[in-house]
Amino acid sequence: MQIFVNGQARDVPEGCDVTQLLAQLELADRRCALEINREIVPRSAYAARKLRCADQVEIIHAVGGG
Amino acid sequence: MSALPSPQPQHNDPLIIAGKVYHSRLLVGTGKYRDLEETRRAVEASGAEIVTVAIRRTNIGQNPGEPNLLDVLPPQRYTILPNTAGCYTAEDAIRTCRLARELLDGHDLVKLEVLGDEKTLFPDIPATLMAAEILVKEGFKVMVYTSDDPLIAKRLEEMGCVAVMPLAAPIGSGLGIRNPYNIRLIVENAKAPILVDAGVGTASDAAIAMELGCDGVLMNTAIAAAKNPVLMASAMNKAVQAGREAYLAGRMPRKLYASASSPIDGTFF
Repeated sequence: MQIFVNGQARDVPEGCDVTQLLAQLELADRRCALEINREIVPRSAYAARKLRCADQVEIIHAVGGG
Repeated sequence: MSALPSPQPQHNDPLIIAGKVYHSRLLVGTGKYRDLEETRRAVEASGAEIVTVAIRRTNIGQNPGEPNLLDVLPPQRYTILPNTAGCYTAEDAIRTCRLARELLDGHDLVKLEVLGDEKTLFPDIPATLMAAEILVKEGFKVMVYTSDDPLIAKRLEEMGCVAVMPLAAPIGSGLGIRNPYNIRLIVENAKAPILVDAGVGTASDAAIAMELGCDGVLMNTAIAAAKNPVLMASAMNKAVQAGREAYLAGRMPRKLYASASSPIDGTFF
């Protein structure tokens, strides 16, 4: 099943949830925030949120800036 | 010699933003440094307690073990101030703030900037007002980057922004305090803290901002783009303190002609 992560197409298994996606991306231990189709998914809901085909996932973090 | 009293620095002169007490009046950005170690050392030397960060996409599949900005600037030690830099619409700025709040476990202090023009990075004031109104309603504590227009500064304060941050010159320009009279008018009318955000180039600029009565100064490039950023951070730390103390001390009036410092009476020549 294809989804989009930070604008890039990506294949994930059917039934994959957000926790599994972050593990696959090696981001499980990183401080980040995430929205799917422009809606924020709180950390507490990662395991319950199953990905759907063509979901647009944005994963953000803090970088240097003024 | 140790019996001589030293001048008392202003220990009891905290900066209060959204009910939180800070002892440093210098706020620093974390952009444009060579690496995270230089960022950490410069922030440390600046004495800043509030540091700004930008919110960007996570790099996917690149250097998973690479240290993260918030590892070197832990939120337990610093007040992290996420900004909306790069946002040209109210919608993008609001979206960025919501993501930042999620990223920082509900921490709701944000630096709102809605830019209007790529060349000057001047703020888009109508969009800034629109975004500020929504963010305040959503419970964010908004520190807002704005122009040096005293009426707009007042309006933003009345809308509930916790700090109003007029530019002194364009972001990253280092041109210094270009319109001290407007900054003074903004300070005179304000109840919320006023911080000069953008335009400072060197230590004297920061001191001037503070001498005008600003509550603080926020800067990034003036430190990061110095030849020795860590030393400049230390200079800015002192300049902000010196400017604050000079403001509180009250400067002497300017006079056109000289006034001798040594007595005129008692001369023998």
